[in-house]
This record gives sequence, structure tokens and C-alpha cells, in this order.
Amino acid sequence: MIPAEFRYERASTVDEALALLATHGDEAKVLAGGHSLLPLMKLRLAAPEYLVDIGPLGELRYVRLDGGDVVVGALSRYSDLARDPVLREHAPLLAHVSGEVGDRQVRHRGTIGGSLVHADAAADLPAAVLASDAVLVARGPAGERRIPAAEFFLGPFTTPLAADELLTEVRFPAQTGLGWGFEKFTRRAIDWAMVGVAAVGGRVGLVNMGGVPLRATATEEALAAGRSIEDAAALAAEGTNPPDEPHATAEYRRHLARVLTRRALTQAASRT
Amino acid sequence: MKVSIEVNGRTVTDEVPDRTLLVHFLRETAGLTATNIGCDTTSCGACTVLLDGESVKSCTVLAAQADGHAVTTVEGLSGADGDLHPVQRAFREQHGLQCGFCTPGMIMASVSLLADNPRPTRDDVRAGLEGNLCRCTGYHNIVSAVIDASGQEVDR
Repeated sequence: MIPAEFRYERASTVDEALALLATHGDEAKVLAGGHSLLPLMKLRLAAPEYLVDIGPLGELRYVRLDGGDVVVGALSRYSDLARDPVLREHAPLLAHVSGEVGDRQVRHRGTIGGSLVHADAAADLPAAVLASDAVLVARGPAGERRIPAAEFFLGPFTTPLAADELLTEVRFPAQTGLGWGFEKFTRRAIDWAMVGVAAVGGRVGLVNMGGVPLRATATEEALAAGRSIEDAAALAAEGTNPPDEPHATAEYRRHLARVLTRRALTQAASRT
Repeated sequence: MKVSIEVNGRTVTDEVPDRTLLVHFLRETAGLTATNIGCDTTSCGACTVLLDGESVKSCTVLAAQADGHAVTTVEGLSGADGDLHPVQRAFREQHGLQCGFCTPGMIMASVSLLADNPRPTRDDVRAGLEGNLCRCTGYHNIVSAVIDASGQEVDR
């Protein structure tokens, strides 16, 4: 399968990328690692007129500490994040989850920014970023703006980014020494999670329990009130609306969410 | 657009449609047909090649994205004198294939895995090759081949 025809344009700086996006508007899509976008284009679920390749922008590929914050460049690849020493020490949940996405080949290409703007509720990274209380930094013609992760996932594959904006950075308070846990349940190794749970510092993010990545709010409140892991995990499916499919019914997914939340919280408790 | 890729040490340059996938550039422009197209959906790993030394699925990379970069296919592994690469030798010794369709991708994924983890356990190999499907072998001899290629004793 070959994508529908498009014009390929390559940006070598963020400013150049923004200029290309400003010129082409809605007719352009940003190409980062391409591991969400190219499969969609091959299936003709997406057919942009222009691709703006930001792959060469090394300036967006970094992990660093900024005061008490961990700051991750949007073009960091999963394989970068999984082995990054700063991330492994100060945000081990995100480092671990990055090493669990897809397979090695996918992790060599896919980027954190690409996963976030694709906004697929079945992806692992968005739930981890949500549980990390991250802020997403975007640049556009009017300059920079910061969007809390909790306000970023508007609906399936929908974010507040305008056509001429580029996600450049993800930042969140360092999680040094905080307990964390990640669990996902897949049919085959490389499948998307039927359900996944990312827990850190008493916050819980859910994969594939609705049209967008979610926080398990009732569980978090129970933990904050000092209730046991068992009691808190039993509330993990409250307020969710998981997809109902032949191979995984909504009821089954709610069950998985409770079990995986208990396991992830138990892991987190053992790591504090 | 004009795309120029260093393939197995040789620069291959051609004017190709913007939407050309890397795997098609390798097979049709560079004339290297060992890299197979299997599922064409980033699942099976048959089209795995090294891009700047890292394994990628070439059905999900545009030729344009590899412009100016270096690609290694299974044809580029053996030495100038035709000696097999240690991973190729081990796949033959351990009978790590039956029909052979997945083998070029399986070997390239193994080369990349061993570059990151030179002495993997059998479990490491199974996890490291999760992106490559084989419908014949049941994987057992493939795992043995990677262990053998790493210089470790093969414990069946």
C-alpha cells in the first residue's frame, strides 16, 4: 500500500516548520517519526496535501532537568526515552512506558510528541503523561502557549492544537523517588493495550477506557483519603466509558481496569 | 523529489515520487530485493532494515525520510569475500528458518538487538524480536541462532 499523493517538505528549524505550517494550513500534516501518520495514510484514512517533515529537528530531541521539572523535547523517540539516564532517575514511569510501546523497530522511530498529538486513547504514552500532570508546550505564529495534559485530549484523535501550531515540549514535576507502576494487557505482544494503567505519586492514568486517555479520579481520591489499594482500585472504572468490542467487551475492560490498577498501585507501593 | 541514500556503503540517488516508501526504494531503485514486504502494516517485521544502524520497518518510512542517511539491508551484511555475517552463519547452523520469508527482517532485527545487548538471554531475544513474525519455526531455533551468534552456548 502506498499513500495517496502528497508534497513532501522538510523543515530544518522550528521556525521553518512553523512557516510551512502557516503557508499550508489545514492541508498539511506534520511528519515526526511517522509511525501513527504513515499507517493512516497508507490506509487512506488520512490524505494530506502536504507533509511537513520535522524529523531532522535535533533541537527538539532532548531530556533535561529545569529546576524541579523534567523537560522532554517533543521529537524524542521512544528508544531515546527508554534509555535516557536523566529520565530513568527522575521520571522512571515515562522511561519504562517508552520501552513498552510497540516493538524495537517502532521505538526507534516513534516520538513522544507524535504520540501525544495523535491523541489515540489506546496509546500508552498519553496515559503516562496524564498521570505525570504534565504541561504540553506548543509554538505557533503568536508564540508559545502551555496546555495542561488534562485539557489536551479533547476527543478521539482531537487536540486543541491549531493547524499552524507545533508541539515542542512536555514538562512535568520530577518524580524522583516516587513510587510508580505500569500494567497493560494485550492480546499479542505488539498489539495496542486492551487496557493499560500508569500510576505515579498517587495519580492514575488509564489507557483505552474511553474516547480519550483518562485519569482514574475516584481511585485517586480514595488513595488521597487514605483508603487501601484494594478499595481504591475497585473504583478504577468509575466514570469511564470503555469501547465495547467483540474481543473485549466494555464490562471486561472495566474488570481489567480494576485488576490492573490494583497491580500497578501495588508495584508503586513496593517502589517507594 | 531527488533522494540520495547510502545503501550498504554505496550511494544510490534517484528522482522518485514523494510518496515512495523506503522498502520500494530499496527493492526497485537500488535493486536489492532481499528485503521482503510482508504485512505492509508495520506488524510483521519482514521489511526490517537498519537506518543509521537502528532497526526500522521500511514499509513505514518514506524514502524521503532516509534521504542523506545510511541504510543496511541483509545484502550488506556479508564481507567483501562473501563470508557470512555471524548472525547469518548462526541462522544457518541453528536452522533458524524454514520458508525463509521472514529471515532477512529477522536477521536485521537480530543484528540491531545484539548491537544493544551483546549477551542476551533467551527471554531477551524473544522480547527483542517481538516485532518480527515467523509462521514456520515456532521461534525456538531463531532464538537459538541469536544466542549462538552472540557467542554463548546454545542451551536447548
